[in-house]
Amino acid sequence: MRHLLSAADLDRDAATALLDTADELKATLLGREVRKLPTLRGRTVITMFYENSTRTRVSFEIAGKWMSADVINVSAGGSSVGKGESLRDTALTLAAAGADCVIIRHPASGAADRLAGWLDSRGTSVVNAGDGTHEHPTQALLDAATLRERLGTLDGRRIAIVGDVLHSRVARSNVHLLRTLGVDVVLVAPPTLLPVGVRDWGVTVSHELDAELPAVDAVMLLRVQAERMHGNFFPTAREYSIGYGLSEPRLALLPEHAVVLHPGPMLRGMEIASTVADSPRAAITDQVHNGVHMRMSVLYHLLAGES
Amino acid sequence: MAPRNRGAAEPAEERELLSAGDVARTIARMAHQVIEKIALDAPGVPPVVLLGIPRRGAPLARRLADRILEFSGVTVPTGTLDITLYRDDLRRQPPRPLESTRLPDGGIDDRVVVLVDDVLYSGRTIGAALDALHDHGRPRAVQLAVLVDRGHRELPIRADYVGKNVPTSRAEEVAVLVAEVDGVDGVVLRRGGTG
Amino acid sequence: MTTLLVRGVRPYGVGDPVDLRIADTVITEIGPGLKAGSDTEVIEAAGQVALPGFVDLHTHLREPGREDAETIATGSAAAALGGYTAVFAMANTDPVADNPVVVEHVWRRGREVGLVDVHPVGAVTVGLAGERLAELGAMARSAAGVRVFSDDGKCVADPLVMRRALEYTTALDGVVAQHAEEPKLTVGAQAHDGARAARLGLAGWPAAAEEAIVARDCLLAAEVGARLHICHVSTAGTADLLRWAKNRPGGDGISAEVTPHHLLLTDERLAGYDPANKVNPPLRTEADVAALRVALADGAIDCVATDHAPHAPQDKDCEWAAARPGMLGLQTALSVVVLAMVRTELLDWRGVARVLSERPADIGGLSDQGRPIAVGEPANLALVDPDATWTVRGADLASISANTPYEGMVLPATVVTTISRGRITAHDGRIRR
Repeated sequence: MRHLLSAADLDRDAATALLDTADELKATLLGREVRKLPTLRGRTVITMFYENSTRTRVSFEIAGKWMSADVINVSAGGSSVGKGESLRDTALTLAAAGADCVIIRHPASGAADRLAGWLDSRGTSVVNAGDGTHEHPTQALLDAATLRERLGTLDGRRIAIVGDVLHSRVARSNVHLLRTLGVDVVLVAPPTLLPVGVRDWGVTVSHELDAELPAVDAVMLLRVQAERMHGNFFPTAREYSIGYGLSEPRLALLPEHAVVLHPGPMLRGMEIASTVADSPRAAITDQVHNGVHMRMSVLYHLLAGES
Repeated sequence: MAPRNRGAAEPAEERELLSAGDVARTIARMAHQVIEKIALDAPGVPPVVLLGIPRRGAPLARRLADRILEFSGVTVPTGTLDITLYRDDLRRQPPRPLESTRLPDGGIDDRVVVLVDDVLYSGRTIGAALDALHDHGRPRAVQLAVLVDRGHRELPIRADYVGKNVPTSRAEEVAVLVAEVDGVDGVVLRRGGTG
Repeated sequence: MTTLLVRGVRPYGVGDPVDLRIADTVITEIGPGLKAGSDTEVIEAAGQVALPGFVDLHTHLREPGREDAETIATGSAAAALGGYTAVFAMANTDPVADNPVVVEHVWRRGREVGLVDVHPVGAVTVGLAGERLAELGAMARSAAGVRVFSDDGKCVADPLVMRRALEYTTALDGVVAQHAEEPKLTVGAQAHDGARAARLGLAGWPAAAEEAIVARDCLLAAEVGARLHICHVSTAGTADLLRWAKNRPGGDGISAEVTPHHLLLTDERLAGYDPANKVNPPLRTEADVAALRVALADGAIDCVATDHAPHAPQDKDCEWAAARPGMLGLQTALSVVVLAMVRTELLDWRGVARVLSERPADIGGLSDQGRPIAVGEPANLALVDPDATWTVRGADLASISANTPYEGMVLPATVVTTISRGRITAHDGRIRR
């Protein structure tokens, strides 16, 4: 595996290998005195974040450092990027400076694909940390890892993804990955927040959250941005939350074993009630915890073997 | 292995070194050796931990622990220590899947750790295991038990407990078979062969 | 002035080969076995098809303002090599061509270069802002003689402004060419609003954003008795609307164009996010391509126009969202029309002449272009080798820019010779001044 650009590129074996490696990494780090593995010593990993995101960037940075890689962070604000340097030039500069791997988050869909094309001849690996509304494959992987942890096998499970699917790269990656792992996916959203052609994605589509909750093994809530109100995607935050927010009463509709996930950051009171976010049914902090191991696993599979 | 003949594949010559019964007896003998050397059943002895190196070292460690319990009445905590992440030859091949690392409760700090593996050859696996142990904690001492020592060390490493010494040439391969992985127990020597 | 003798050519691909004698800007003789005089340049054209020189109603020459991407000189060269003898240069330059000074500059520069007749298009509104009418009359009366007005690049979105513009041009013998795109439906749009863009996370440009404006403007034009031309039709729905609109009272002033790329390429090209495929209006579905081909064949869409849109490398060599929309088109137009329409037997060569030359000349009000290949007519001709093939390489095209979506593709048919008013402007892939 040279790049990780999209969850759609992972077949069942590849996805399972990444998940299994993350599990082993987690186990081996447990209780250790020295939380470090020498495996990626001498590899240089550069994070290029054109969108603000402390949590994902820090997660990648810790992942790289725990594998003994040299991790350098470049953010759009204070660099030549802010001075108008093109994405391509920035990437080529970093690759020429010695990056073995570039982790990119960018507001334009397809940015990671383009980057992989420009860096192809240099042998630099590209990890997509979120490109526009297209994909966020490591998020889907850590979500799957968390679900596996809580539910055991994922084959045959039914999982609802609720919220702004239209603008969500997390939703797209999760639909790909969960389906690959044998999950029945239900998308629940108002019609205005569903993409064109979504009924051809091999998923069930619903506008009624209450009807779906009793039959699912997990609920994955998507962030809803306030700006969507100004785009008239829904009338008010209140109406959204009444129709699609995971409230306490809704939590009670879920089967006992069902898990609640959220990629963060949460808008408490909007897509998720505050008490629900803090309940033991919510695996949100597990997601973050698993995120580090999953990203270590990705870096291992991209960089540890022969280049 | 250097190919001897271009063209048609030749089967490797295989010679049995240890039968299933031999393997069982060897493990039993090693168990006695461990009990004696560490004075396992004496009072005030430091705690011992067995760590099998996957894949085949892991079931061997469990069997060794079973025999030790049988002969001494002492339960030795047993776990596994995967060394994939510490190998010095990772960059030469595609990324390998990780095996399991599970340290027993109580960890390894201030304990005598006995690493258990199937074959001791260049010593690099054990070198990597020492690096891995180093990151997990600080054992009081580290010892090594191997079912077969086939010589050709490339590092200054020796085993404390050896099931069988088998002098070999580099063109040969020593394969340990354990029922938990291969369906049968045994040790075979493979010589030559192409294809 | 030399006489030209074109040997062995078949006008409109019909009948036996004949020779054409051209002298003093006109065709003077047509027949088999003509003899060459002493001062005659002979052009061997055996196996070739003679068509009237092509007329492009929609080209961006980028001068003034973006001479790093194209100039009137390089764009004229591309046009001549593509078989064009007249082009209409869109007004979205910098400064905008919304006054007589800019249009006269473009017109004069075109004449100076002398490879193709450059007819400047005048903006409909000042600065393309869509609010106040530009000085349409002054532009019409200028030396440039503007007859086609367009805010292309942008839509004249305000219905009242559009109505006024349509009405006003009725006194100028002009036509308003609308870039049909309801701006409120295309905010942030990147690609056709279909299943493919949705999977790729690219914001959608719905078909209805074009169709809503087309319907509106067809109604307005009929109501005030004005001529209306729809730029770069891209949807099946627009083709249906055009059939309906043309059949109503007042509908005979309505015309429309389609680009070569909308006759061939679909949003399948989005995969890989290569901005060479980013264009406005976007590439749409297979069903749209099929409907547009049928519409061009049956006349619901009158003609082909390239919407030739050169862009500097940094405007394409980037992530999709940052790329400017647009593709080169002048040198590949004939080949793509042949691939999409002739090879599929939707058009014969007479049809090609109609859509690439006769109808555009008519719509643009050019009395000396798109004429029959007959004695006494102006010698504006494109000689085409129907059986040749060529491989497209952006770097080898005459434009300064290289943003062609056909990079590396092997296309059918080549323009061997272009003759503008009796003078060879391009021959065998080279410009002749």
